[in-house]
Amino acid sequence: MLSIQNIHAAVEGKEILKGINLDIQPGEVHAIMGPNGSGKSTLASVLAGREEYEVTEGSITFLGKDMLELSPEERSREGLFLAFQYPVEIPGVSTTNFIKTALNEKRKYHGLAPLDAVSFLKLMKEKMQLVEIDKALLTRSVNEGFSGGEKKKNEIFQMAMLEPKLTILDETDSGLDIDALRIVASGVNKLRNKNNAIIVITHYQRLLDYLQPDFVHVLYNGRIVKSGTKELALTLEDQGYDYIKEAFGATTI
Amino acid sequence: MKEEMEVLEQTIGSEYKYGFVTDIETETVPKGINESIVRLISKKKNEPEWMLNWRLKAFAHWLKMEEPKWPNVKYPPINFQDIIYYAAPKKKKALNGLDEVDPELLKTFEKLGISISEQKRLTGVAVDVVMDSVSVATSFKKQLAEVGIIFCSMSEAIQNHPELVQKYIGSVVPMTDNYFAALNSAVFTDGSFCYIPKGVRCPMELSTYFRINTENSGQFERTLIVAEEESYVSYLEGCTAPKRDENQLHAAVVELVAHRKAEIKYSTVQNWYPGDANGAGGIYNFVTKRGICLGEYAKISWSQVETGSAITWKYPSVILKGDYSVGEFYSVALTNHLQQADTGTKMIHLGKNTRSRIVSKGISAGKSQNSYRGLVRTGKNAINARNFSQCDSLLLGNQCGAHTFPYIEAAHPSAIIEHEATTSKIGEDQLFYCRQRGIDTEAAVALIVTGFAKEVMNQLPMEFAVEAQKLLAISLEGSVG
Ligand SMILES: Nc1ncnc2c1ncn2[C@@H]1O[C@H](COP(=O)(O)OP(=O)(O)O)[C@@H](O)[C@H]1O
Ligand SMILES: [Mg+2]
Repeated sequence: MLSIQNIHAAVEGKEILKGINLDIQPGEVHAIMGPNGSGKSTLASVLAGREEYEVTEGSITFLGKDMLELSPEERSREGLFLAFQYPVEIPGVSTTNFIKTALNEKRKYHGLAPLDAVSFLKLMKEKMQLVEIDKALLTRSVNEGFSGGEKKKNEIFQMAMLEPKLTILDETDSGLDIDALRIVASGVNKLRNKNNAIIVITHYQRLLDYLQPDFVHVLYNGRIVKSGTKELALTLEDQGYDYIKEAFGATTI
Repeated sequence: MKEEMEVLEQTIGSEYKYGFVTDIETETVPKGINESIVRLISKKKNEPEWMLNWRLKAFAHWLKMEEPKWPNVKYPPINFQDIIYYAAPKKKKALNGLDEVDPELLKTFEKLGISISEQKRLTGVAVDVVMDSVSVATSFKKQLAEVGIIFCSMSEAIQNHPELVQKYIGSVVPMTDNYFAALNSAVFTDGSFCYIPKGVRCPMELSTYFRINTENSGQFERTLIVAEEESYVSYLEGCTAPKRDENQLHAAVVELVAHRKAEIKYSTVQNWYPGDANGAGGIYNFVTKRGICLGEYAKISWSQVETGSAITWKYPSVILKGDYSVGEFYSVALTNHLQQADTGTKMIHLGKNTRSRIVSKGISAGKSQNSYRGLVRTGKNAINARNFSQCDSLLLGNQCGAHTFPYIEAAHPSAIIEHEATTSKIGEDQLFYCRQRGIDTEAAVALIVTGFAKEVMNQLPMEFAVEAQKLLAISLEGSVG
């Protein structure tokens, strides 16, 4: 469903991604690991269409469409969801209203009528259970005053509501305690099916223990320097990134 | 990043939608102001002697005054001799119903989406249409008359209820109050008059749509609302203006009088032409609005949504004279491009146990400047006065400004005055977050702005809130489609 070919991307004239290739099929979970600053969030931003990241070379195809031609909102409505590493606060806009707006924009895009209030509430209730989110949070302004864990849960709740085809989880596990991690991970697992795919960006094995990725990629210095199965993550956990840095550090600069 | 901001600017930079001119023959007096113009206006309106003398006194006073310089607004000097002080649509005879109204005028209202017939049918609102200073249509008069409510144009009130007008005009905003109030007192052409007798709850929202329509015609409306003991009225004022190349001065005066246990709710949606993207051609709005809670437990509440005008200078105020009286001010002021707004309120606590509440929401976009200026004063005898003020500013983009000037003068130690202020900004991160969820920039801005203004919008009467929402949306509309 997603095909990334030789993507180069720069921010403020500085090249961050230096030729990324990645293919993702429906039903797959891909983990992307790598030291801080290697370009993981940049890749997520490029996929989501953030305009300050300039794609200088390469192509991305998403569900048969040239993704680089689509605006961020169109990508979203086509089925791309990014769970942000740092979810943004939007004062004055209730979480419920926000999600309702998002959902109806997506429906409009696909030629569907807006969801009526009853169906919307029913859907909310159903998905709330799935990710064990507190109802009170949803009446509050989007992420305003939420704890780190609540913000991440809210991201997964939105994912549940929007039912994306491709989800990118950008360090969704960082800053979560064990219980919150379990809830978030099992929420994600419940949302998985053979038609959707997930890219999970993480530093830690514990999330991968829950999600059991099909593939693990190591991103370093703007390139995918190593790909493997879930065992690769265990090796990394064991040895740290140092051996990656030793092997690829000098040659890539 | 840059692109995002450009989209943002386009989104909030939509052209003024209501820029058209109605072709109605108007009867005007020559440009400029002097004593004989004041006399001419009074004569054209067939006014009694006392009214003329009042105008002349105001004019003499105005000549001695100077334009205020303290507001945080800049504009080229106004040439008061270049203004037409009187313009009236030619009227053949008194009107009994809508069918007698000039079809051109009806068309204008249709274009604005506020056709009177539709309004009458859907909302039961009585609309006293003020077009260029003179009322041309009044509806629901009979129904109101049945409960003893007087709702008519100021000119009619001067003819038919001179004792009421004479008693109350200038009693809240004296002719000497300020430069623009003095000018208004001398040359006001028309406006609305509203009298609610004792114990009467006005059965409908009273509404007036203002419309500026004659080239170079300064607009000097004068509105007076008197609510007798234990009465209630909700009054709606809304306006749009056609496109102009020259700045137009608007200096209205609104006076509210609430007797014991009376309540007046005054709501405004103001959408005058703000000028083009370069600021040319917009309306100057220098208005004096003030209410007095004369008796115990009286309540006056101002709500306003301001999206228009090139320059706004406006401080709807309440004098809390009666013990236990209440004053409220709820405001959303949106400025864009080169608009300048210096708005706020004054709450003057004189009686005991008086309370006031101020909620001001300023939205600045483009290169606009949006200032809140509020005064809370408690007099020597105002035991246990309480005020709560909340002033929030929302900035869109990096080139606009928001300023807050709260003034507190508490003469009695028992006063409790609380002031809270916040400034926030619609950031690129927020917009991108929304867009990632499928909400485009335009919808995202509308969502955020609506959320920001919610507390004030909730104060507006239902049918007016819809209108207000529309106006906010128009100001936020993008060039797409
Ligand atoms: N908006 C930006 N402006 C300037 N530099 C950036 C920006 N975003 C990312 N970078 C730089 O790009 C590199 C990769 O960052 P990032 O993608 O956030 O890494 P990761 O998510 O793998 O930790 C870093 O050197 C970072 O400083
Ligand atoms: Mg990152």
